[in-house]
Amino acid sequence: MAIPALTARRARLNRLDTKGSPYLYVLPFFLLFGAFGLFPLIYTGYVSFNDWNLLDAGSHEWVGLANYRELLQDPYFWNALGNTLSIWALSTVPQLLAALWIAHLLNHRLRARTSLRMGVLLPNITSIVAVTIVFTQLFGRDFGMVNWLLGVVGIGPIDWQADTWSSHLAISIIVAWRWTGYNALIYLASMQAIPHDLYEAAELDGASSAQQFWKITVPMLRPTIIFTAVISTIGGLQIIAEPLLFAGSSTPTGGSDRQFQTAALFMYEQGFREFRFGYASAIAWTLVIVIAVFAIANYLITRRIANDEEKS
Amino acid sequence: MTVLADPPSTRAETPAPQSRARRRSFGYPRRGSVWTYAALLAVVAGSVFPLYWSLVVSSQTSDAVAKVPPVLIPGGHLFDNIARVFDSTDFAEALLNSFIVSGSVTISVVFFSTLAGFAFAKLRFRGRKVLLVVAIGTSVVPQQLGIIPLYLLMAEFGWTDRLAAVIVPGLVTAFGVFFMTQYLGRAVPDELLEAGRIDGCGTFGLFWHVVLPAARPAAAVLGLFTFMQAWNDFFWPLVVLQDNATVQVALSSLASGYTTDYTLTLTGTLLATLPILVIFMVLGRQIVGGIMQGAIKG
Repeated sequence: MAIPALTARRARLNRLDTKGSPYLYVLPFFLLFGAFGLFPLIYTGYVSFNDWNLLDAGSHEWVGLANYRELLQDPYFWNALGNTLSIWALSTVPQLLAALWIAHLLNHRLRARTSLRMGVLLPNITSIVAVTIVFTQLFGRDFGMVNWLLGVVGIGPIDWQADTWSSHLAISIIVAWRWTGYNALIYLASMQAIPHDLYEAAELDGASSAQQFWKITVPMLRPTIIFTAVISTIGGLQIIAEPLLFAGSSTPTGGSDRQFQTAALFMYEQGFREFRFGYASAIAWTLVIVIAVFAIANYLITRRIANDEEKS
Repeated sequence: MTVLADPPSTRAETPAPQSRARRRSFGYPRRGSVWTYAALLAVVAGSVFPLYWSLVVSSQTSDAVAKVPPVLIPGGHLFDNIARVFDSTDFAEALLNSFIVSGSVTISVVFFSTLAGFAFAKLRFRGRKVLLVVAIGTSVVPQQLGIIPLYLLMAEFGWTDRLAAVIVPGLVTAFGVFFMTQYLGRAVPDELLEAGRIDGCGTFGLFWHVVLPAARPAAAVLGLFTFMQAWNDFFWPLVVLQDNATVQVALSSLASGYTTDYTLTLTGTLLATLPILVIFMVLGRQIVGGIMQGAIKG
């Protein structure tokens, strides 16, 4: 007598389980990401419309677009934005080209294959702090090895932190050093998925290996190149730790004349040194928009370039 | 975004015997020439040098760092310098903090990613595709730019200077969900789940008895990534942990005094990198494989 009721109950439970539990399993991710990833970013928008000072026990006053108006007239902001774009371009373009070349080298039949790949990846597992500290020492004005090497060929010594161009170059090298090997492995993974018969056919047609690289490998890597370009843009425009530590002191101004202060570093300075949370939030949101515009533009441009190469 | 949905697989990595023979006879990929090796060794040397340099400096006395031409061979003062780092800063506490943070974040990310990955890869439910795309899409959100409200939130919770402020926001990652979804989709055959269902397993039973054991290899790789990332995390801990530093924060304050003692700083750098380096030496093959399979930044 109890058995049909029991099975019915069980079937109901079962249905509930199969229908409901998937949502339960993906819920922790969305809940935690929503609370600590997405909500703060959106709430930044609200804070940016306020005069919000941390030192005033968090008291705040709605000021509308005042922070944005101030921001657009703030030479420090434009300076920081220019520095960000300069460092981003200097680090990303050579980095992705070098990664492509290293991936091509790794895409041979090699002895000690895994060790070579690990060697290439090593910079990426080292922390930004460690990397920047070591490079800052290497770029030291008086005793740095870079200046010593330049001195051997008759250049220098260069005060790397002092000028705009030299500091941007040094920071770009630090960034590129840490990410080139990682991108090379991404490209290598895609290269290995290219069917070999394409190369065999090209070989039969008498294509040189350089021709094969530009006419087969690069076009076939198109989605991956677009992907790395977009990701590098999103990351590169948020650069903050390298310029902060490159200064060698804990001042977030990016050098005495703000010559290497990035936009994210400017946000940090305004938020956590000047305690102007509203203004810092306006910087953050403006930067989010800049990043979105650049990521989309980058996507369109790399797609276009790769398309042209395929056609030619 | 095609890369996300269909990452370059490992098929080429482990070719079937037949295709290997074919490959040999046609010579693809080509055998590396001397120049290939020379160029790659130069690249690897460039990769290794900064770390080697910090070993050289940290094993010399303080005056060695200013020598011209530079000293290039490690000396015998490594342990003196290490002792000096522990004497002059709270480095031991910072190391402990970093182990606590990275350990808890790793366990949590692996668990929740496997759970969500199981649902996305193996269970059928309305909105599955959309939710998966949204979950993966969150990885491009520049979270770093939300630190001001995040800080306000932590202040509200009373978590400033407490490790929870760094642990809790790190409990899940989009990369983890993506990675486990990809892996479980391939590694767990539907027949196995069907058999489990017939044996009377509920969904969570399937997860616990079938999926978790099958997920072990990928969980190990994801765990490694997560640990390294949490260990290396700098900016948010710098903001929220003023007086309870993790190792990266301690290192940065070591480097930003008014007169920098480079020997001390680079010894600290070496110490802070050592745990990661040990993991990398032992499990580098898996890490390389994981990056090439995942093909996405965490």
